[in-house]
Amino acid sequence: MSSETSQRTTERGRIRVTGFDVDRVESRDPLSSWEPDLQSEEGRGRLEYAWKRFRRNHLALFGAATIGFMILLAVFSRPIQLPSSFPVLAGQTVQPFSLAPADPANQDVITGYREPTLENVLTWPPTGLYLFGADWAGRDILSRVMYGGRWSLSIGFIAVAMALLVGIPLGSVAGYYGGKVDELIMRIVDMLYAFPFIVLAIAVIAVLGRGYWEMILALVVVGWLPYARIIRGEILSVKENEYVTAAKALGSRDRSIIVRHILPNAMAPVIVQATLSIGTTVLVAAALGFIGLGLSPASAEWGVMLNVEQDAIARGRWWAGLFPGLAIFVFVMAINLVGDGVRDAFDPQGDQTDSDTGGLR
Amino acid sequence: MSGSEPLLRVEGLEKYYESESDFIDRLLGRQKKVKAVDGVSFEINEGETLGLVGESGCGKSTIGRSILQLREPTAGSVYFKGQDITTLSDSELRDLRKEMQIIFQNPQSSLNPRLTVNDIIGEALDIHGIEGDVTRDARIKDLLERVGLNASHANRYPHEFSGGQLQRIGIARALAVDPDFIVCDEPVSALDVSVQAQILNLLEDLQDELGIAYLFIAHDLSVVEHIADEIAVMYLGKIAEIGTPEELFVPPQHPYTEALLSAIPEPDPLWEGDRILLEGSVPSPIDPPSGCKFHTRCPRVIPPSDYEFEQEEWRAVMSFRHRAREEDIAVETFGDDDDALTEALRDELDLPSSLTDPEAERVVEEALRSVADEEFAAAESVLRETFETPCTTDEPALRRTDAGRVACHLFDPAYESGPTDGTRTDDGAVTGDGAAASGDD
Repeated sequence: MSSETSQRTTERGRIRVTGFDVDRVESRDPLSSWEPDLQSEEGRGRLEYAWKRFRRNHLALFGAATIGFMILLAVFSRPIQLPSSFPVLAGQTVQPFSLAPADPANQDVITGYREPTLENVLTWPPTGLYLFGADWAGRDILSRVMYGGRWSLSIGFIAVAMALLVGIPLGSVAGYYGGKVDELIMRIVDMLYAFPFIVLAIAVIAVLGRGYWEMILALVVVGWLPYARIIRGEILSVKENEYVTAAKALGSRDRSIIVRHILPNAMAPVIVQATLSIGTTVLVAAALGFIGLGLSPASAEWGVMLNVEQDAIARGRWWAGLFPGLAIFVFVMAINLVGDGVRDAFDPQGDQTDSDTGGLR
Repeated sequence: MSGSEPLLRVEGLEKYYESESDFIDRLLGRQKKVKAVDGVSFEINEGETLGLVGESGCGKSTIGRSILQLREPTAGSVYFKGQDITTLSDSELRDLRKEMQIIFQNPQSSLNPRLTVNDIIGEALDIHGIEGDVTRDARIKDLLERVGLNASHANRYPHEFSGGQLQRIGIARALAVDPDFIVCDEPVSALDVSVQAQILNLLEDLQDELGIAYLFIAHDLSVVEHIADEIAVMYLGKIAEIGTPEELFVPPQHPYTEALLSAIPEPDPLWEGDRILLEGSVPSPIDPPSGCKFHTRCPRVIPPSDYEFEQEEWRAVMSFRHRAREEDIAVETFGDDDDALTEALRDELDLPSSLTDPEAERVVEEALRSVADEEFAAAESVLRETFETPCTTDEPALRRTDAGRVACHLFDPAYESGPTDGTRTDDGAVTGDGAAASGDD
C-alpha cells in the first residue's frame, strides 16, 4: 500500500502513447468477420433511392398510370397536324391516330340531346360512340372530354413548369444572397400572396383578355410564389453546409455554387409541391373556364364544357355536366396520389416500417 | 528569421457580427456587436504550423475563415506573401484561392452528397484550369493515392465512405490546387481517436513533402502539441498566449493556458495532478468584461495591494462582484432573516465566514447587505471602488516573456508591486508590428 502511494505523482507523461502504428492495425487479424460493404444499397443517388420507394407505393403508381392514360387519350384523340406556318413540314400530320369516335366540334353527330342510356349506346351509329351522350349542340361528349384533355392537362403542366422557371431562380437568388435582394423579392411575394389566388388570376385575365396563353400567364403569375418561398427556405439551410464554403474557398463562382451544390440538395420539397400543384392549377383553370374567363366557349376545355352546360343538370341532362366534371376529378385525384407518393419517396423517415433498410439512416 | 517576410501575417484582425435585431432596433441604431475576433495578430512562416486553441465560441473558426476572406473581416489586415489580401478584388481573390485552402471539421457536411469523389476533387481542377482533360483523371488518381485512398473509389459517393476516409477526400480536394497554406478547421475533432492519429500523421507527411503551412485550429491542446511549431491560445476573441509548444507547456504560463493544460486527460492512474477548474462560463462576447477578459474566471487575479487577501478569498470576492454585476444571485431563495441571509449568501458565494483582512471584511459585509436588499448596483460599485485591480481596468497587451508572448498583467513588471494609479509603461508590450519583427526565439 505504502509503496503504491509513493508512486503517486503530479508529474505528467509517465505513460506515453506514442507513434500510433497504422500498419499494425491494418495488418492485424480482423476482430470479427464484419466487412465494410461499400457496394451497399444506398450507393445510389437520392433520386434513384426515392424512385425505388415510389415504385413500392401502389396508390401512387395507380395515379401515375391514370395520368399516363389520360395523356395518351388526349394525344391520340385526334390527328395532330403541324400548323401551316411551320417550316418544311407545314401541314404534315405527325400523329395520325384518331381514337375519338367523332369530331369534337361536329354538331351533326346526332340531333337533339342524346342520353347515354343502354338503348342509345346499343344503337351506335358507325360514325360515333355516344358512351357519354351528347351536349346541347349535339356534340359527342366522350370525344370532347378526350380531346379537351389537350387543353386542361397541358395548361396544368405548362403553367407549373413556367412557374418553376420563375420561382426557382428568384427564390434561389433571394435565399443565397440574402440582405436587400432577399427583402425585395420576398416582399413582392408577400404582396402577391395577399391576394386570393383566384382573384389575382381573374385580374390578370381581365387585363390581358381570354385565351390559352393568357390563361397560362395568369396561372404563372400566381403560381410561382410558393416555389420561391420554399426554395428560399431550403437554400437558407443548405447554404450553411460546409461544402458550400468549400466551393467558395476553391473559388467557384456564385452561379456554379447555386446550380451545382445548392439546388440539387434543395429541390426535393419543390418537386413535391410542384407535383401537387399541377392538380390545383388544372382546377383553377377549370374554375376560370367555368366562370367564363377561360378559353372560348366553343373549345372542349373541361371547365368550359361545364360552363356552357351550367343549367344542364337542372334540365335533367345530368350527363352533360357529369362527365367533364368527372374527368377533372379523376385527373386531380390522380395527380394528388402521385404528389403524395413523391413526398413520401423523398421523406427519409418514410422508410421506418421497411424491414430491409431499418429506421437509422 | 527576422527580416524575411513570413508567408502569412495577420495584423489586428477584427470580426464583429451584428447581433440579432429587429427592424426597429436597426432604425434606432440599437444593434449590439458580437466581438467574435477582437484584434488578433500572428504570423506563419512557410512550411510551419501555427496551432490555435481555445474554448468553443472564442473565435477560432472565425479567424480561419476571415483569413481566407470567406468572411469579410471588420478590420485588420491579412498579408499573404507580402500582399494585403483584404483589399483584393473578387477576381484577384479567386486566383489567390489556388494558394490557400481549408479543411473542415465535419467531413460529412463538407462534401456535397450528390457529387462523386471524382467530381468533388475535379471541381478544384476545373475552376483553376489546372489540368487538361487527359491528365485530369490521372491527377485525381494521384491525389487520392497521396492521401491514402484507393484510386478506384473515385466514382463513389461520399456516403459510401467512413469519416476518416471522407476527411482524406476533403484533404485531397484542398491539395488539388497545390496550395502553400491550408487552414485546418478542427480537422480531427469529429473523428475517432485512432483515425485522428492517422489524419494528423497524413497532414504532417504532406507538410514535409509539399512544404505547406498550416493554421491548425483545435480545441484539444494535446492534438495541437503533436503537430504545431507554435501555439496560440485564444480566449474570447483575443490571443492570451502564444509561443512554441516547449514555451507554452512549461510554467510560467498565462493562467488560462495553465487551466487548459491541466484539463488534458492523463492516462496514468497514479497521476494526482491538480486540475484547475475554472469558475462560471465564458462571458458573452456581446458585452465582454472590461480590462483583461479572463478576469471573471481567472484563478490568479492580482489582489489589491492595500488589503491582505488569500488568493482564494480574493477569487471569491471577484466572483461575488461579477455575479452582482450580472444580478445573478437569487436572493429570495435564501429566506428573509437578515443574519441568516448573509450567512447563506457567503455560503453560496464561497466566501469564508470572515476574511483575513478586517478592513476588507467590512467592505464585503456591506456589499452582502446591499445584495440582501437586492441592491446589486450598490454592491457592485462598493466592491469595484474599494478593491482596485489592474485586471479589471487595463487590457493586457501581448508581451514577450521567457516563455513565449503572454497577455497577462502577472507578467507585467509594472504591476509586480500591486496595482498602480493607472499609469503604466508600455515599453515591454509586444504589439503586432513588434511581434512581426522579433520573430521566434
